[in-house]
Amino acid sequence: MIEITEVPSPFCGIGTDDLTIRVEGLSLKVIENGCAVNTPAFEQAITDIRPRVNGQEVDLDVAIKSAAALLKDTHLPVIGGCATDVNGMRGLLALADRTGAVVDNMNFTGARNNFLALQDSGWMNTTLAEVKNRCDLLVVIGTDLEAFAPRFYERYIWNKEAMFVEDTSSREIIYLGKAPSGSASTSPSGKQAQILACETQDLPEVVAVLRALVKGQPITAKAVCGITVSDLQDIADKFKAAKYSVVTWAAGALAYPQAELTVQQLSEMIKDINNQNTRCSGLPLAGKEGDQTANQVCGWTTGYPARMRFSAGYPEYDPFLNDTNLLLANGEADALVWVQAFNSKSVPPEVSLPTIVVGRSGMVFTKEPDVFIPVGTPGIDHVGHAYRMDNVVAIRLKKLRDSGLPSTAEVLNAIEQAL
Amino acid sequence: MLIRLIGGTVYDPASGIDGQQQDIYIQNGRIIDKPQGEFKVDQDYDLKGKVVMSGAIDMHTHIGGGKGNIARTLLPEDHRHDPVHRSDITRSGCGHAMPSTFVTGYRYAEMGYTAGFEPALLPINARQAHMEMGDIPILDKGGYVMLGSDDYLLRLLTAKKDQKAINDYVAWTMHTAKAIGVKVVNPGGINAFKFNQRKLDLDEQNAHYGVTPRDILQVLATAVKELGVPHPLHVHGCNLGVPGNVQTTLDTIQGIGGLPMHLTHIQFHSYGTEGDFKFSSGAAQIAEAINSNKNITVDVGQILFGQTVTASGDNMRQHANHKFASPNKWVTMDIECDAGCGVVPFKYKDQNFVNALQWAIGLETFLLVNDPWRIFLTTDHPNGAPFTSYPHLIRLLMDRSFRNDILSTIHPEAQKMTTLASIDREYTLQEIAIMTRAGAAKLIGLKDRGGLSAGNFADITIYTDNTDRQKMFEKPDYVFKDGQLVVVDGKVVSTKWGTTHVVKPDFDPSVEKGLKDYFDRYLTMKLGNYKISDDEIIEDGRGSITVHPLSS
Repeated sequence: MIEITEVPSPFCGIGTDDLTIRVEGLSLKVIENGCAVNTPAFEQAITDIRPRVNGQEVDLDVAIKSAAALLKDTHLPVIGGCATDVNGMRGLLALADRTGAVVDNMNFTGARNNFLALQDSGWMNTTLAEVKNRCDLLVVIGTDLEAFAPRFYERYIWNKEAMFVEDTSSREIIYLGKAPSGSASTSPSGKQAQILACETQDLPEVVAVLRALVKGQPITAKAVCGITVSDLQDIADKFKAAKYSVVTWAAGALAYPQAELTVQQLSEMIKDINNQNTRCSGLPLAGKEGDQTANQVCGWTTGYPARMRFSAGYPEYDPFLNDTNLLLANGEADALVWVQAFNSKSVPPEVSLPTIVVGRSGMVFTKEPDVFIPVGTPGIDHVGHAYRMDNVVAIRLKKLRDSGLPSTAEVLNAIEQAL
Repeated sequence: MLIRLIGGTVYDPASGIDGQQQDIYIQNGRIIDKPQGEFKVDQDYDLKGKVVMSGAIDMHTHIGGGKGNIARTLLPEDHRHDPVHRSDITRSGCGHAMPSTFVTGYRYAEMGYTAGFEPALLPINARQAHMEMGDIPILDKGGYVMLGSDDYLLRLLTAKKDQKAINDYVAWTMHTAKAIGVKVVNPGGINAFKFNQRKLDLDEQNAHYGVTPRDILQVLATAVKELGVPHPLHVHGCNLGVPGNVQTTLDTIQGIGGLPMHLTHIQFHSYGTEGDFKFSSGAAQIAEAINSNKNITVDVGQILFGQTVTASGDNMRQHANHKFASPNKWVTMDIECDAGCGVVPFKYKDQNFVNALQWAIGLETFLLVNDPWRIFLTTDHPNGAPFTSYPHLIRLLMDRSFRNDILSTIHPEAQKMTTLASIDREYTLQEIAIMTRAGAAKLIGLKDRGGLSAGNFADITIYTDNTDRQKMFEKPDYVFKDGQLVVVDGKVVSTKWGTTHVVKPDFDPSVEKGLKDYFDRYLTMKLGNYKISDDEIIEDGRGSITVHPLSS
């Protein structure tokens, strides 16, 4: 039995790297600094060790050959999930380039709300250490922040010391839209967050009014979607009074049509505030299931984020048409490769197409895929790199145990070689 | 395997060879002397009438790191104009302003380049920069780690720590970030922007720390020198792009008091305020200062007309420049109490007075600086233009009538504000070889690169002599990388992986005590998880690390 300290997590997206984990054979126990997201993700037991072809256990090389044979004559294979580490994504993109596949990260429909805004008008963003040391006003839009990342407040808002905020417990927290599910946003001194609740799908209207107020535009209405305009005016005033305010949202939580316009409205509002002689920054929440990793590696390899295709022999990007579910539903795809090294509960959509799953050990399928290759989890079974939510920081993942499971990269590279 | 290159006209400034016919022998990836006695050549190349140089080295090109990937993500429409097909030996990707990593490697090699250096390795983002560069085939690479707006350094200065403490921190950071140089960008300005300062002159204090850019330049240039890092402090100065910044640049040169200093993309820092448009060329003053201060080296950061994207650590200046974004979208970021970045697409237009004069200022600088060992050919890729425009730039330098033909088509008021038409100088092949090979290798401190004498790695480029220098330099006949033939007739014929060049200056290990406390209290990562290990670069079996000697 050993205890490993300062373990970084690829699961929570906020780059916690202070976990202590007890390793006994193949079993892991988080004994310090766990949370509702990280602890179950680390402690999930290994069940499958051997690959299966048509439900029968086989050696790895047999499974690799079977996967290659299934992909050999396909016209438009779709590689979904895309939940793995940097090297896994490198292998995935090499295989996709070779087979003319579609590459689609499973969280892209949510992330698209950010990418469309970014690619249309851009933004001014910040990262977690800046939040930890400078943020004096945090405005949370439409997101249950502590459910998304249980330790966010503890690590980055209620930190005992900050370089440029004298008393961190004086930080002001405002929720717009969804109310928090717990009390993590209450300061150590007992100060509660201000909550201006509205339905999530009402956020476009509410945010539009808030931006208008920031810009000093006259608003004649007294209330918008249940929030008084004077409350919104107070937020606008607080933005102007703050030295370093931060606006945060999870793109996937804005689950209504054209939510990219809300992200754009927020990002343009942040730019407006920066033109009023103070600073303000956005902080998009993400980093789950390798989504930032997929978009980063796909970005430098192809120029595009991770919803693109190689079917023409070169990369093409379309954030709508390359949706795995769409391609499966309309019959364009002729094979599905599901890559998910982080979460055994995230299984592929059920389809009648040839299906290859390169997944975390322990997946339970209602329909057995043609080929299932259990792989190690980055940060548990092998070293690797994963991106945090704030996109700048790649964390170095540790190997915690010797499970003998291959990495995603090893498996995907071997399939490409076998072609 | 013994390769012989027969009868080429060799330009090898590192050995003082200027256009002499010589045979070159290659074995095990290196250039060797002609073997003694009898020997068997495995492969001969007849290079009679061809021009032979070592592989070119781009000493300042943004090829790795987060801001480049933001630039890629920001501009899908730019990629769509330049798709790159896969082949049996090459990966697919995209080109133009900010090419994908694989295409970056192929296109550099296809122009005869065999190494590129990322000048803005943010310590916290160095991991990403190395991972991206790890996906650039053929080229060798390396990076200059960015300091000067990091809160740790500014705290050291405010606490009046001595130079040794600064040196230890700089050396430690070079180790952890795997760097070969140190860069400072808008010294302290990126930090000041976080305190809502919108400009920071050379002697203006950071509102929180009370430290000035001059203080920062002084301690960092001293650290680099005292640590024996061969590459001088790499400086992106204050006031980038601001009319009148020529004075800031002259003051910066004077202020450094003779310490070695490299001023990067000097073109963007050479602007006066004369004329009807209050924008004029300061190139002549700058060139004079460079000529008379032997401690100064520069690269130009030439702009060339067309669409590109600017990606910089200088978010203070990028924010100020966002109103020029074309297309109108842009990104800035504050980053991890470490630095920042700003990405602004630009379209430089020859009929825009300012852009046209920027073009002329860059060329004036190239032509008025006398010593080609102290000036380097860059466009600050992609900020002034994509690196693929280098052959065009070389023709502008080597061909006066071509240069003047273009000059006569730019904005007429800009023509009046430049002395370019009166400058007769044409660069020689040897001078081009100095700027892009021998001089660059010397400036960076690369051992056994940038020359063609025995012992050098066999990075060799062979061109067909052509009076149209653009045609000549855009399509080499052959390129060898570490003795492997990688390009024939301007097309990649095989690929390999280059090495990552670093230096490892000494530091007192006790430096980590203060750092650990700082990381635990203020940063978001444990010190142990922050440091980049050699494994991270070499474990995939493709990368390697080459450690270069320190200056004595």
